[in-house]
Amino acid sequence: MTRLRIDWTACDGRGLCAELVPELIERDEWGFPLISDAAVPPGVLVHARRAVAACPRLALSLQAENA
Amino acid sequence: MTSRSVDAALWYLGRGSGVVSLALLTLVVGLGIVTRSGRTLPGLPRFAVSAVHRSASLLAVTFLVVHIVTLTLDPQSQLRWLDAVIPFGSHFKPLWIGLGALSLDLMIALTVTSLLRQRIGRRVWRTIHWAAYALWPFAMLHSIGSGTDARRMWMVWFMVACAVAVIGILGWRVSPDFLDDRDRVAGTKLPAPRALEMTRGGR
Repeated sequence: MTRLRIDWTACDGRGLCAELVPELIERDEWGFPLISDAAVPPGVLVHARRAVAACPRLALSLQAENA
Repeated sequence: MTSRSVDAALWYLGRGSGVVSLALLTLVVGLGIVTRSGRTLPGLPRFAVSAVHRSASLLAVTFLVVHIVTLTLDPQSQLRWLDAVIPFGSHFKPLWIGLGALSLDLMIALTVTSLLRQRIGRRVWRTIHWAAYALWPFAMLHSIGSGTDARRMWMVWFMVACAVAVIGILGWRVSPDFLDDRDRVAGTKLPAPRALEMTRGGR
C-alpha cells in the first residue's frame, strides 16, 4: 500500500501537486495541500510519482506501508 | 559539398546557435522566476510553467553544445576544446571567450544538480541554482564581447530586447508583491497566511 506524504516543514503551498494529482490532493484556502489518507490507486500512481518529482520544495513523497 | 561550404556551414551554425542559446537562456530565466513565484501563466498551469522552464533549459544546453562543437571544428574561429571549458585561457579574446566558458561551466553545474535534485536535497540544489543569476549576465557579456554579429543592428536590438526582458522580470522578482501569497489561490483574499502553519505541525 502506498500513500502520499507531505513534509510540512518543507511545504510552501506552491500547488503543483494538486494540479498533477487532483484525485488525491486539494488545496485549502491558503493554498496548502489537503491530502487524502487513502492508498494511492494503481491508476493514479504514475501521476503521484510525477507530482513527487515536480514538487519545487521536495516536500512530497510516496511511502510504501505494510497493510 | 566542398570543404569551403562545410566551413561556412560550421561558421554560420556556430554563430546562430549562440544567438539561439542566448534567447533560450532569457526565456529560462523568465520562466524560472515565474516558477518561483508560484503563479500560473495564461494557458500554463504551475506544473507546466516549471516543465517548460526545464525543457527550455535542456534545449539551451543542446544549442550550447552545437555552439561549442561547431566552433571548435570551424577553422575560422579556431576555438580549442580546453578554452571552451576552462575560462580565460584562450589566446583570442581571453576575457570574452572565458565568460562563455564560465557560462558553460555554470550551465553544467545547474543541469547536473537539477537532474539530481531528489538525491542532493533542496538546500544544496537551491544554493547552486542561484548561480543562474550570474549565468545570464556572463552569457550576455560573452555575446557582446565575442559575437561576430554584436555590432549588427539586428543583433543589437535582439540583445536589448533580451536585457529589457530580464531586467523587467528581475524588477518584479525583487518587488514586495512577488511573494504575496494572497493572489496565489484563485478567487480568495486572505489574511496573514503564516498564522495557520503552527497548527499543521503534527500532520
